[in-house]
Amino acid sequence: MAEVKLHGRWYSPFPYRVIWALKLKGISYEYIEEDLSNKSPLLLQYNPVHKKIPVLVHSGKPICESMIIIEYIEEKWPQTPLLPSDPYEKAKARFWVKFVEEKAPAFWSLYRSTGEEQKKALKDSSETLKIVEEQGLGEKKFFGGDSIGIVDIAFGVIAHWFGVFEEIVEVKVLEAHAFPRLHAWKVNFEEVPVIKENLPDRDKMLDYFKKRRIESLSASQ
Amino acid sequence: MAELKLFRTWSTPFALRVVWALNLKGIQYDTIFEDLSNKSSLLLQYNPIYKKVPVLVHNGKPLVESLLILEYIDETWKQTPLLPEDPSERATARFWAKFGDDKVLLSVWNVFIKQGKDQEEAIVTAQENLGFVERQLTGKKFFNGETIGFVDLAFGWLANLLSVWEEICGVTLIDHEKFPMLSEWIQNFAGAPIIKESWPPRDKLITKYQALREVYTSKEAPK
Repeated sequence: MAEVKLHGRWYSPFPYRVIWALKLKGISYEYIEEDLSNKSPLLLQYNPVHKKIPVLVHSGKPICESMIIIEYIEEKWPQTPLLPSDPYEKAKARFWVKFVEEKAPAFWSLYRSTGEEQKKALKDSSETLKIVEEQGLGEKKFFGGDSIGIVDIAFGVIAHWFGVFEEIVEVKVLEAHAFPRLHAWKVNFEEVPVIKENLPDRDKMLDYFKKRRIESLSASQ
Repeated sequence: MAELKLFRTWSTPFALRVVWALNLKGIQYDTIFEDLSNKSSLLLQYNPIYKKVPVLVHNGKPLVESLLILEYIDETWKQTPLLPEDPSERATARFWAKFGDDKVLLSVWNVFIKQGKDQEEAIVTAQENLGFVERQLTGKKFFNGETIGFVDLAFGWLANLLSVWEEICGVTLIDHEKFPMLSEWIQNFAGAPIIKESWPPRDKLITKYQALREVYTSKEAPK
Protein backbone atom coordinates (compact mmCIF):
# COMPACT_ATOMS: atom_id res chain seq x y z
CA MET A 1 0.00 0.00 0.00
CA ALA A 2 1.23 3.50 -0.81
CA GLU A 3 2.77 5.28 2.13
CA VAL A 4 1.02 8.28 3.71
CA LYS A 5 2.87 10.47 6.18
CA LEU A 6 1.71 13.63 7.91
CA HIS A 7 4.13 16.16 9.39
CA GLY A 8 2.40 18.23 12.08
CA ARG A 9 2.60 19.97 15.43
CA TRP A 10 0.41 18.88 18.34
CA TYR A 11 -1.12 22.27 19.18
CA SER A 12 -1.71 23.61 15.68
CA PRO A 13 -5.25 23.44 14.19
CA PHE A 14 -3.96 23.02 10.64
CA PRO A 15 -2.62 19.45 10.81
CA TYR A 16 -5.80 18.44 12.66
CA ARG A 17 -7.84 19.33 9.61
CA VAL A 18 -5.80 16.77 7.68
CA ILE A 19 -6.03 14.18 10.49
CA TRP A 20 -9.83 14.49 10.52
CA ALA A 21 -10.03 14.06 6.74
CA LEU A 22 -7.76 10.99 6.80
CA LYS A 23 -9.64 9.42 9.74
CA LEU A 24 -13.09 10.10 8.23
CA LYS A 25 -11.99 8.28 5.08
CA GLY A 26 -10.29 5.46 7.00
CA ILE A 27 -6.83 6.13 5.57
CA SER A 28 -3.82 4.85 7.51
CA TYR A 29 -0.95 7.23 7.93
CA GLU A 30 2.18 7.80 9.93
CA TYR A 31 2.30 10.99 12.00
CA ILE A 32 5.58 12.85 12.43
CA GLU A 33 5.76 15.52 15.12
CA GLU A 34 7.84 18.53 14.05
CA ASP A 35 9.65 20.89 16.41
CA LEU A 36 8.98 24.25 14.80
CA SER A 37 11.83 25.91 16.69
CA ASN A 38 14.17 23.35 15.13
CA LYS A 39 12.69 22.34 11.78
CA SER A 40 13.79 19.03 10.34
CA PRO A 41 15.76 19.03 7.06
CA LEU A 42 12.96 16.86 5.67
CA LEU A 43 10.33 19.54 6.41
CA LEU A 44 12.49 22.21 4.78
CA GLN A 45 12.93 19.95 1.76
CA TYR A 46 9.20 19.20 1.52
CA ASN A 47 8.01 22.78 2.05
CA PRO A 48 10.81 25.10 0.94
CA VAL A 49 8.46 28.01 0.22
CA HIS A 50 6.62 28.30 3.54
CA LYS A 51 8.65 25.96 5.80
CA LYS A 52 5.43 25.15 7.64
CA ILE A 53 3.30 22.24 8.73
CA PRO A 54 1.16 20.41 7.82
CA VAL A 55 2.80 18.58 4.98
CA LEU A 56 1.25 15.38 3.65
CA VAL A 57 3.69 13.07 1.94
CA HIS A 58 2.10 10.43 -0.29
CA SER A 59 4.40 7.94 -2.02
CA GLY A 60 7.23 10.39 -1.46
CA LYS A 61 5.39 13.41 -2.97
CA PRO A 62 4.80 16.34 -0.60
CA ILE A 63 1.54 18.31 -0.59
CA CYS A 64 1.42 21.59 1.38
CA GLU A 65 -1.32 23.92 2.71
CA SER A 66 -3.97 22.19 4.82
CA MET A 67 -7.03 22.86 2.66
CA ILE A 68 -5.15 22.00 -0.55
CA ILE A 69 -4.12 18.74 1.14
CA ILE A 70 -7.77 18.01 1.90
CA GLU A 71 -8.81 18.60 -1.73
CA TYR A 72 -6.02 16.17 -2.71
CA ILE A 73 -7.22 13.57 -0.19
CA GLU A 74 -10.78 14.00 -1.50
CA GLU A 75 -9.66 13.36 -5.08
CA LYS A 76 -7.42 10.40 -4.22
CA TRP A 77 -9.82 8.69 -1.83
CA PRO A 78 -13.43 9.40 -2.83
CA GLN A 79 -15.09 7.39 -0.02
CA THR A 80 -16.95 9.45 2.62
CA PRO A 81 -16.99 12.55 0.40
CA LEU A 82 -16.13 15.83 2.11
CA LEU A 83 -17.22 18.02 -0.81
CA PRO A 84 -20.59 18.12 -2.58
CA SER A 85 -20.59 16.61 -6.07
CA ASP A 86 -22.55 19.46 -7.66
CA PRO A 87 -20.11 22.10 -9.00
CA TYR A 88 -22.17 25.03 -7.67
CA GLU A 89 -22.49 23.54 -4.18
CA LYS A 90 -18.75 22.75 -4.33
CA ALA A 91 -18.02 26.39 -5.17
CA LYS A 92 -20.14 27.51 -2.20
CA ALA A 93 -18.26 25.16 0.13
CA ARG A 94 -14.92 26.41 -1.18
CA PHE A 95 -16.10 29.98 -0.64
CA TRP A 96 -16.59 29.34 3.08
CA VAL A 97 -13.23 27.58 3.31
CA LYS A 98 -11.56 30.63 1.75
CA PHE A 99 -13.57 32.92 4.00
CA VAL A 100 -12.36 31.32 7.23
CA GLU A 101 -8.77 31.18 5.90
CA GLU A 102 -8.93 34.92 5.28
CA LYS A 103 -10.60 35.85 8.55
CA ALA A 104 -8.88 33.44 10.97
CA PRO A 105 -5.80 35.68 11.48
CA ALA A 106 -8.06 37.94 13.58
CA PHE A 107 -8.60 35.04 16.01
CA TRP A 108 -4.85 34.62 16.40
CA SER A 109 -4.39 38.37 16.70
CA LEU A 110 -6.99 38.41 19.51
CA TYR A 111 -4.81 35.95 21.38
CA ARG A 112 -1.43 37.50 20.55
CA SER A 113 -2.00 41.23 20.86
CA THR A 114 -2.93 43.84 23.43
CA GLY A 115 -4.49 47.32 23.50
CA GLU A 116 -5.85 48.84 20.30
CA GLU A 117 -4.68 45.96 18.14
CA GLN A 118 -6.54 43.50 20.34
CA LYS A 119 -9.68 45.65 20.33
CA LYS A 120 -9.65 45.57 16.55
CA ALA A 121 -9.10 41.79 16.55
CA LEU A 122 -12.06 41.40 18.89
CA LYS A 123 -14.27 43.48 16.61
CA ASP A 124 -13.11 41.60 13.49
CA SER A 125 -13.58 38.20 15.16
CA SER A 126 -17.13 39.07 16.23
CA GLU A 127 -18.02 40.31 12.76
CA THR A 128 -16.67 37.12 11.21
CA LEU A 129 -18.67 34.93 13.55
CA LYS A 130 -21.77 37.00 12.85
CA ILE A 131 -21.44 36.50 9.10
CA VAL A 132 -20.92 32.77 9.56
CA GLU A 133 -23.89 32.53 11.94
CA GLU A 134 -26.26 34.42 9.67
CA GLN A 135 -25.11 33.47 6.19
CA GLY A 136 -23.03 30.33 6.48
CA LEU A 137 -24.78 27.77 8.61
CA GLY A 138 -28.46 28.52 8.11
CA GLU A 139 -30.71 25.86 9.63
CA LYS A 140 -28.28 23.03 9.04
CA LYS A 141 -26.72 20.94 11.79
CA PHE A 142 -23.34 21.03 10.06
CA PHE A 143 -22.02 23.12 7.17
CA GLY A 144 -21.92 19.82 5.27
CA GLY A 145 -25.58 19.09 6.07
CA ASP A 146 -26.35 16.06 8.24
CA SER A 147 -22.72 15.03 8.42
CA ILE A 148 -19.51 17.03 8.56
CA GLY A 149 -17.73 18.09 5.40
CA ILE A 150 -14.85 20.24 4.24
CA VAL A 151 -16.29 23.48 5.64
CA ASP A 152 -16.83 21.99 9.10
CA ILE A 153 -13.24 20.75 9.01
CA ALA A 154 -11.97 24.19 7.99
CA PHE A 155 -13.98 25.80 10.79
CA GLY A 156 -12.56 23.42 13.39
CA VAL A 157 -10.31 26.24 14.58
CA ILE A 158 -13.45 28.04 15.78
CA ALA A 159 -14.73 24.95 17.55
CA HIS A 160 -11.72 24.05 19.64
CA TRP A 161 -8.99 26.69 19.49
CA PHE A 162 -11.02 29.91 19.65
CA GLY A 163 -12.38 28.99 23.09
CA VAL A 164 -8.84 28.53 24.40
CA PHE A 165 -7.89 31.98 23.09
CA GLU A 166 -11.01 33.50 24.65
CA GLU A 167 -10.10 31.99 28.00
CA ILE A 168 -6.48 33.20 27.90
CA VAL A 169 -7.31 36.80 27.03
CA GLU A 170 -10.45 36.77 29.19
CA VAL A 171 -13.06 37.68 26.61
CA LYS A 172 -16.27 35.87 25.72
CA VAL A 173 -17.32 36.09 22.12
CA LEU A 174 -18.77 32.77 20.96
CA GLU A 175 -21.61 32.51 23.45
CA ALA A 176 -24.89 30.64 23.00
CA HIS A 177 -27.06 33.73 23.44
CA ALA A 178 -25.08 35.78 20.88
CA PHE A 179 -24.45 33.02 18.31
CA PRO A 180 -27.03 30.29 18.95
CA ARG A 181 -26.51 28.39 15.70
CA LEU A 182 -22.73 28.57 15.66
CA HIS A 183 -22.58 27.62 19.32
CA ALA A 184 -24.82 24.60 18.70
CA TRP A 185 -22.62 23.67 15.73
CA LYS A 186 -19.52 23.81 17.94
CA VAL A 187 -21.07 21.43 20.47
CA ASN A 188 -22.25 19.03 17.73
CA PHE A 189 -18.93 19.18 15.90
CA GLU A 190 -16.91 18.22 18.96
CA GLU A 191 -19.27 15.29 19.61
CA VAL A 192 -18.57 13.69 16.21
CA PRO A 193 -16.48 10.60 17.15
CA VAL A 194 -13.63 11.23 14.67
CA ILE A 195 -13.33 14.80 15.96
CA LYS A 196 -13.74 13.95 19.64
CA GLU A 197 -11.05 11.29 19.47
CA ASN A 198 -8.64 13.54 17.58
CA LEU A 199 -8.27 16.82 19.40
CA PRO A 200 -5.28 18.14 21.32
CA ASP A 201 -5.73 18.04 25.09
CA ARG A 202 -7.43 21.31 26.04
CA ASP A 203 -5.59 21.83 29.33
CA LYS A 204 -2.26 21.14 27.67
CA MET A 205 -3.13 23.65 24.95
CA LEU A 206 -4.26 26.27 27.46
CA ASP A 207 -0.99 25.87 29.30
CA TYR A 208 1.11 26.00 26.14
CA PHE A 209 -0.61 29.01 24.57
CA LYS A 210 -0.61 30.90 27.90
CA LYS A 211 3.15 30.42 28.25
CA ARG A 212 3.77 31.41 24.65
CA ARG A 213 1.72 34.58 24.99
CA ILE A 214 3.67 35.67 28.05
CA GLU A 215 6.97 34.94 26.30
CA SER A 216 6.09 36.85 23.17
CA LEU A 217 4.65 39.85 24.99
CA SER A 218 7.71 40.18 27.22
CA ALA A 219 10.03 39.73 24.23
CA SER A 220 8.35 42.62 22.43
CA GLN A 221 8.83 45.04 25.32
CA MET B 1 -29.24 28.44 -23.78
CA ALA B 2 -27.78 28.74 -20.31
CA GLU B 3 -27.53 32.26 -19.02
CA LEU B 4 -24.07 33.47 -18.09
CA LYS B 5 -23.26 36.96 -16.86
CA LEU B 6 -19.95 38.37 -15.70
CA PHE B 7 -19.88 41.38 -13.42
CA ARG B 8 -16.54 43.17 -13.70
CA THR B 9 -14.77 46.51 -13.89
CA TRP B 10 -12.74 47.59 -16.93
CA SER B 11 -9.43 47.20 -15.07
CA THR B 12 -9.56 44.54 -12.40
CA PRO B 13 -7.07 41.73 -13.12
CA PHE B 14 -9.22 39.28 -11.14
CA ALA B 15 -12.11 39.53 -13.60
CA LEU B 16 -9.66 39.13 -16.49
CA ARG B 17 -8.91 35.62 -15.23
CA VAL B 18 -12.56 34.75 -15.70
CA VAL B 19 -12.71 36.46 -19.13
CA TRP B 20 -9.70 34.42 -20.25
CA ALA B 21 -11.11 31.15 -18.91
CA LEU B 22 -14.46 31.66 -20.64
CA ASN B 23 -12.78 32.76 -23.89
CA LEU B 24 -10.33 29.82 -23.85
CA LYS B 25 -13.27 27.43 -23.56
CA GLY B 26 -15.32 29.29 -26.19
CA ILE B 27 -18.18 30.03 -23.79
CA GLN B 28 -20.65 32.86 -24.55
CA TYR B 29 -21.52 35.29 -21.79
CA ASP B 30 -22.81 38.81 -21.14
CA THR B 31 -20.66 41.42 -19.45
CA ILE B 32 -21.89 43.95 -16.90
CA PHE B 33 -19.40 46.70 -16.06
CA GLU B 34 -19.62 47.95 -12.51
CA ASP B 35 -18.66 51.32 -11.11
CA LEU B 36 -17.21 50.41 -7.71
CA SER B 37 -17.91 53.87 -6.32
CA ASN B 38 -21.59 53.22 -7.05
CA LYS B 39 -22.20 49.48 -6.85
CA SER B 40 -25.35 48.13 -8.42
CA SER B 41 -27.97 46.58 -6.18
CA LEU B 42 -27.56 43.37 -8.21
CA LEU B 43 -23.86 43.16 -7.33
CA LEU B 44 -24.62 43.71 -3.64
CA GLN B 45 -27.28 41.02 -3.83
CA TYR B 46 -24.96 38.56 -5.58
CA ASN B 47 -21.90 39.21 -3.40
CA PRO B 48 -23.24 40.44 -0.07
CA ILE B 49 -20.20 39.48 1.99
CA TYR B 50 -17.37 40.95 -0.07
CA LYS B 51 -19.34 43.30 -2.39
CA LYS B 52 -16.62 42.83 -5.02
CA VAL B 53 -16.10 41.89 -8.64
CA PRO B 54 -15.78 39.54 -10.39
CA VAL B 55 -19.08 37.76 -9.94
CA LEU B 56 -20.13 35.12 -12.44
CA VAL B 57 -23.84 34.40 -12.50
CA HIS B 58 -24.80 31.09 -14.09
CA ASN B 59 -28.54 30.50 -14.49
CA GLY B 60 -29.18 33.02 -11.73
CA LYS B 61 -26.69 31.44 -9.32
CA PRO B 62 -23.81 33.71 -8.28
CA LEU B 63 -20.19 32.60 -8.00
CA VAL B 64 -17.54 34.79 -6.37
CA GLU B 65 -13.75 34.78 -5.87
CA SER B 66 -11.90 34.54 -9.17
CA LEU B 67 -9.91 31.35 -8.54
CA LEU B 68 -13.02 29.56 -7.27
CA ILE B 69 -14.89 30.77 -10.35
CA LEU B 70 -12.12 29.25 -12.50
CA GLU B 71 -12.51 25.89 -10.74
CA TYR B 72 -16.30 26.04 -11.31
CA ILE B 73 -15.83 26.87 -14.99
CA ASP B 74 -13.38 23.98 -15.37
CA GLU B 75 -15.79 21.52 -13.74
CA THR B 76 -18.83 22.70 -15.69
CA TRP B 77 -17.29 23.01 -19.18
CA LYS B 78 -14.81 20.22 -19.85
CA GLN B 79 -13.22 21.45 -23.10
CA THR B 80 -9.74 23.03 -22.90
CA PRO B 81 -9.11 21.95 -19.30
CA LEU B 82 -7.45 24.54 -17.08
CA LEU B 83 -6.35 22.20 -14.29
CA PRO B 84 -4.41 18.96 -14.81
CA GLU B 85 -6.17 15.63 -14.19
CA ASP B 86 -3.66 14.13 -11.80
CA PRO B 87 -4.54 14.97 -8.14
CA SER B 88 -0.97 15.78 -7.07
CA GLU B 89 -0.50 18.06 -10.10
CA ARG B 90 -3.80 19.73 -9.23
CA ALA B 91 -2.58 20.27 -5.69
CA THR B 92 0.61 21.82 -7.05
CA ALA B 93 -1.37 24.14 -9.33
CA ARG B 94 -3.61 25.23 -6.45
CA PHE B 95 -0.55 25.79 -4.26
CA TRP B 96 1.11 28.17 -6.76
CA ALA B 97 -2.11 30.07 -7.50
CA LYS B 98 -2.59 30.57 -3.75
CA PHE B 99 1.05 31.62 -3.31
CA GLY B 100 0.57 34.09 -6.14
CA ASP B 101 -2.44 35.76 -4.54
CA ASP B 102 -1.38 35.50 -0.89
CA LYS B 103 2.30 36.42 -1.21
CA VAL B 104 3.47 37.52 -4.66
CA LEU B 105 0.71 40.01 -5.43
CA LEU B 106 0.87 41.55 -1.96
CA SER B 107 4.66 41.88 -2.04
CA VAL B 108 4.65 43.43 -5.52
CA TRP B 109 1.85 45.81 -4.52
CA ASN B 110 3.98 46.88 -1.57
CA VAL B 111 6.74 47.88 -3.99
CA PHE B 112 4.23 49.93 -5.92
CA ILE B 113 2.76 51.85 -2.96
CA LYS B 114 6.01 52.51 -1.10
CA GLN B 115 9.07 54.67 -1.60
CA GLY B 116 12.58 55.16 -0.29
CA LYS B 117 13.95 52.59 2.15
CA ASP B 118 10.52 50.96 2.59
CA GLN B 119 10.38 50.36 -1.13
CA GLU B 120 13.90 48.92 -1.20
CA GLU B 121 12.91 46.39 1.45
CA ALA B 122 9.69 45.62 -0.40
CA ILE B 123 11.70 44.94 -3.58
CA VAL B 124 13.83 42.33 -1.79
CA THR B 125 10.74 40.47 -0.55
CA ALA B 126 8.98 40.68 -3.92
CA GLN B 127 12.01 39.33 -5.76
CA GLU B 128 12.42 36.47 -3.28
CA ASN B 129 8.81 35.47 -3.96
CA LEU B 130 9.27 35.88 -7.70
CA GLY B 131 12.32 33.62 -7.46
CA PHE B 132 10.12 30.74 -6.28
CA VAL B 133 7.74 31.40 -9.17
CA GLU B 134 10.58 31.59 -11.71
CA ARG B 135 11.80 28.11 -10.79
CA GLN B 136 8.33 26.66 -11.49
CA LEU B 137 8.83 27.44 -15.17
CA THR B 138 11.90 25.21 -15.49
CA GLY B 139 11.58 23.26 -18.73
CA LYS B 140 8.11 24.63 -19.47
CA LYS B 141 6.65 27.23 -21.80
CA PHE B 142 3.71 27.90 -19.52
CA PHE B 143 3.15 26.93 -15.86
CA ASN B 144 0.66 24.41 -17.28
CA GLY B 145 3.19 22.98 -19.77
CA GLU B 146 2.62 23.49 -23.49
CA THR B 147 -0.68 25.32 -23.07
CA ILE B 148 -2.08 28.04 -20.84
CA GLY B 149 -3.77 26.77 -17.68
CA PHE B 150 -4.96 27.65 -14.20
CA VAL B 151 -1.66 28.92 -12.80
CA ASP B 152 -0.93 30.97 -15.93
CA LEU B 153 -4.31 32.69 -15.58
CA ALA B 154 -3.67 33.22 -11.86
CA PHE B 155 -0.37 34.96 -12.63
CA GLY B 156 -1.76 36.81 -15.65
CA TRP B 157 -1.45 40.15 -13.89
CA LEU B 158 2.35 39.74 -14.01
CA ALA B 159 2.15 39.91 -17.79
CA ASN B 160 0.62 43.35 -18.04
CA LEU B 161 -0.22 45.15 -14.80
CA LEU B 162 3.27 44.63 -13.44
CA SER B 163 4.88 46.57 -16.29
CA VAL B 164 2.41 49.42 -15.70
CA TRP B 165 3.45 49.58 -12.04
CA GLU B 166 7.12 49.25 -12.95
CA GLU B 167 6.83 52.12 -15.40
CA ILE B 168 5.09 54.39 -12.89
CA CYS B 169 7.60 53.63 -10.10
CA GLY B 170 10.71 53.54 -12.24
CA VAL B 171 11.53 50.13 -10.74
CA THR B 172 12.18 46.93 -12.71
CA LEU B 173 11.19 43.87 -10.70
CA ILE B 174 11.36 41.24 -13.43
CA ASP B 175 14.52 41.91 -15.43
CA HIS B 176 15.71 39.52 -18.12
CA GLU B 177 18.93 38.63 -16.34
CA LYS B 178 17.49 37.74 -12.93
CA PHE B 179 14.28 36.22 -14.25
CA PRO B 180 14.90 34.83 -17.75
CA MET B 181 12.10 32.24 -17.61
CA LEU B 182 9.50 34.62 -16.20
CA SER B 183 10.48 37.23 -18.79
CA GLU B 184 9.92 34.72 -21.56
CA TRP B 185 6.66 33.52 -20.02
CA ILE B 186 5.43 37.12 -19.97
CA GLN B 187 6.13 37.43 -23.72
CA ASN B 188 4.42 34.12 -24.49
CA PHE B 189 1.41 34.74 -22.28
CA ALA B 190 0.86 38.38 -23.17
CA GLY B 191 1.18 37.57 -26.87
CA ALA B 192 -1.31 34.67 -26.89
CA PRO B 193 -4.33 35.78 -29.00
CA ILE B 194 -7.06 34.98 -26.43
CA ILE B 195 -5.09 36.87 -23.79
CA LYS B 196 -3.97 39.78 -25.95
CA GLU B 197 -7.45 40.76 -27.11
CA SER B 198 -8.65 41.27 -23.53
CA TRP B 199 -6.02 43.63 -22.11
CA PRO B 200 -7.50 46.88 -20.78
CA PRO B 201 -6.12 49.99 -22.55
CA ARG B 202 -2.61 50.62 -21.24
CA ASP B 203 -2.85 54.41 -21.19
CA LYS B 204 -5.98 54.23 -19.06
CA LEU B 205 -4.20 51.85 -16.67
CA ILE B 206 -1.25 54.21 -16.39
CA THR B 207 -3.54 57.13 -15.54
CA LYS B 208 -5.46 55.11 -12.97
CA TYR B 209 -2.42 53.71 -11.18
CA GLN B 210 -0.45 56.94 -11.38
CA ALA B 211 -3.24 58.60 -9.40
CA LEU B 212 -3.28 55.72 -6.91
CA ARG B 213 0.46 55.89 -6.34
CA GLU B 214 0.19 59.59 -5.65
CA VAL B 215 -2.41 58.91 -2.99
CA TYR B 216 -0.22 56.31 -1.27
CA THR B 217 3.06 58.21 -1.46
CA SER B 218 1.61 61.53 -0.35
CA LYS B 219 0.50 59.92 2.93
CA GLU B 220 4.04 60.03 4.25
CA ALA B 221 7.28 61.80 3.42
CA PRO B 222 9.87 59.66 1.64
CA LYS B 223 12.55 58.21 3.96
